[in-house]
Amino acid sequence: MIQHPAILALSVAALLTCFMLAYAARYGTRILEKWDLHSGSELQLDLERRTYLISVILSYMLVFQILSLFLYIFTADNLHSQFTGAMCAAGSLGVNSYGYPVLILKIVNCLLAGVWLIINHVDTRGYDYPLIKTKYGLLNVLAPLILLEAVLQFAYFLNLKADVITSCCGSLFSTEKHSIAGEIAGLPNGPMQLAFFGMMAVTASVGIFFYLRGKGGGFFSFFSSLTFIIAAASLVSFICLYFYELPSHHCPFCILQKEYSYIGYALYATLLGGAISGLGVGALKPFISHPSLSRVIPAIQHRLTLVTLVLYLLFTLIVTWRMLTTSFRL
Amino acid sequence: MNIPLNRHSNILDFSLSSLLRRKSKNLSLLVVYTLIIFVIASLIFFVQALKREAAQLLKEAPDMVVQRMVAGRHDLIPAAYGEKISAIRGVTSVSPRLWGYYYDQVFGANYTLLVAEGKPVEPGNIMIGAGVARNQRIQASDMLTLKTSANEALLLTVQGIYPSSSELISSDLIILSAEDFQAMFNLPPGQNTDLAVTVANPREQVTVAAKIAELFPDTRPILKSEILRTYDSLFEWRGGMIVVILAVAVLSFIIFAWDKATGLSAEERKEIGILKSIGWETSDVLLLKFWEGIVISLSAFLTGVVLAYVHVFFFSAALFEHALKGWSVIYPQFRLVPVIDVYQLTVLFFLTVLPYTAATIIPAWLAATVPPDAAMRS
Repeated sequence: MIQHPAILALSVAALLTCFMLAYAARYGTRILEKWDLHSGSELQLDLERRTYLISVILSYMLVFQILSLFLYIFTADNLHSQFTGAMCAAGSLGVNSYGYPVLILKIVNCLLAGVWLIINHVDTRGYDYPLIKTKYGLLNVLAPLILLEAVLQFAYFLNLKADVITSCCGSLFSTEKHSIAGEIAGLPNGPMQLAFFGMMAVTASVGIFFYLRGKGGGFFSFFSSLTFIIAAASLVSFICLYFYELPSHHCPFCILQKEYSYIGYALYATLLGGAISGLGVGALKPFISHPSLSRVIPAIQHRLTLVTLVLYLLFTLIVTWRMLTTSFRL
Repeated sequence: MNIPLNRHSNILDFSLSSLLRRKSKNLSLLVVYTLIIFVIASLIFFVQALKREAAQLLKEAPDMVVQRMVAGRHDLIPAAYGEKISAIRGVTSVSPRLWGYYYDQVFGANYTLLVAEGKPVEPGNIMIGAGVARNQRIQASDMLTLKTSANEALLLTVQGIYPSSSELISSDLIILSAEDFQAMFNLPPGQNTDLAVTVANPREQVTVAAKIAELFPDTRPILKSEILRTYDSLFEWRGGMIVVILAVAVLSFIIFAWDKATGLSAEERKEIGILKSIGWETSDVLLLKFWEGIVISLSAFLTGVVLAYVHVFFFSAALFEHALKGWSVIYPQFRLVPVIDVYQLTVLFFLTVLPYTAATIIPAWLAATVPPDAAMRS
């Protein structure tokens, strides 16, 4: 265990998030079991009041969750100097087998928490708590995932050991480890470029069609999620190569550094934001026929589609701008 | 203006005025909050600045130092080792170094004696660091007397004093000639303290080190990157340890904040009751509480960070230096170069604002959900 202030900060955040979520999930389960809008009982009134609390808790938690995703990557990057063979965050995350699963879980949890907040927002717009059961059903999926993330994150930090000078021998070369794979092997860049720009174009056209005609929301949601995955893979495969101007450096984390003017944050933020809104469009689709929501949902879907389109467009523009302006060619 | 934004700005306006109405209560909270942020921020800034300082200093250090070990202790290394090491492929140069420590019984201080490689001083002359000059109360062209290992006095003329900008490395330093060094310590001929090895290609350093260790099993090569890594983790460890100690303080602050947030005065309850009876919804009251929290956290965060900046970079972290820097009779006086980045501020935010926010959610909700009639009647 390395007693780094950032590790302590992340652990505190994980602990707080878990407590808050356990509290929310406990009442969520009670709501799932006992909710009856037509009853005027003490219990029902209490549960109705509790829904406010849970919404507030979850909203704060999403903010913490997004911040902690970036802090986690930043911390891993900061720690790389303490391990032999690690050149950046990719190396420190690979020091033990927990690093990458935590990262993936953090991303998934960010997406799910975002979708939850969208559903919650829609729910508060209807007069009769129309989505209450869906909302708390999803919360019960989210809670174990976040708990798992916290446990794995603790395991990751506990199993970190800095390679420092020991009294018996200065150098560590005698116990030289097999070099930690600092590079994630990328997919072939030619087909990936085609897939990336193709998917962006398809998502954009389906999105614009849905925005104008109000049809094909499910398709749009599906394509925007697929685009998220392909864009993430492209980031490793070819996009970052243009930023580093190196044909072999596939690391998706170095673009977050100062040397690349923190452009990585813009890329990840637009991608995550676009994916959350895109998923939200699909998540709302089944409830469109609900009487109290039939007017609310199309308006919100409309707005979410616009958000996804704008964010994905920004992402594509940043990438294209870099590909065209740099003197580097693959 | 668009309506949601208008709503927020009105509620923010209201929350500011309601905070000002309860000045003494909120001020005490703000002071304690600022203090906590100030202490932790000072610590984080200080550790970061020291790390940077160490990295800057070690930039000039040799790529690799080879020391000879006898019975697990650092010993003198024969010059013949250097010749064999310079024959290893990839080694650019090997320079033998002579250095040692000298304890001055009169002034009770330890000096570092070093034979400079680049610009050696003439025999009988020395260059000294500012710390030595302060300790001995001497100036340039004064004489300094050192006692040799044969208990004879060695008189040396101070040729110059290193400027205070380099104090972090030169404070306790005395640079002398190889002849005077020999007179001081009477080393056996052909022996050096250690060897500084330069390797042209940084990627070959590990291989060269392995070859040296194989060729001379009684030596230990130490790489610059390892020294850097060790310093890094040492500073982080010290910083982390103090954060753990401070956790008690943070915890008491959280309890304090919780107590302040739950202990609604009768007047506050009445106020919320009136707001709700004139049409405010629970979510509006929650928004009010949210803005109150933001205002308090942001004020405390900014004030705490600015105070910590002044404390660390203008007053050299007077409150912590003994815990974090260590101590010695000749202590370098130095000013840290300011380094602050988003990363440190985020860590600080996670360590302070996040627990505060978590502690005030439930009290805020309890306040927002009181039934209006009960609130007004109490």
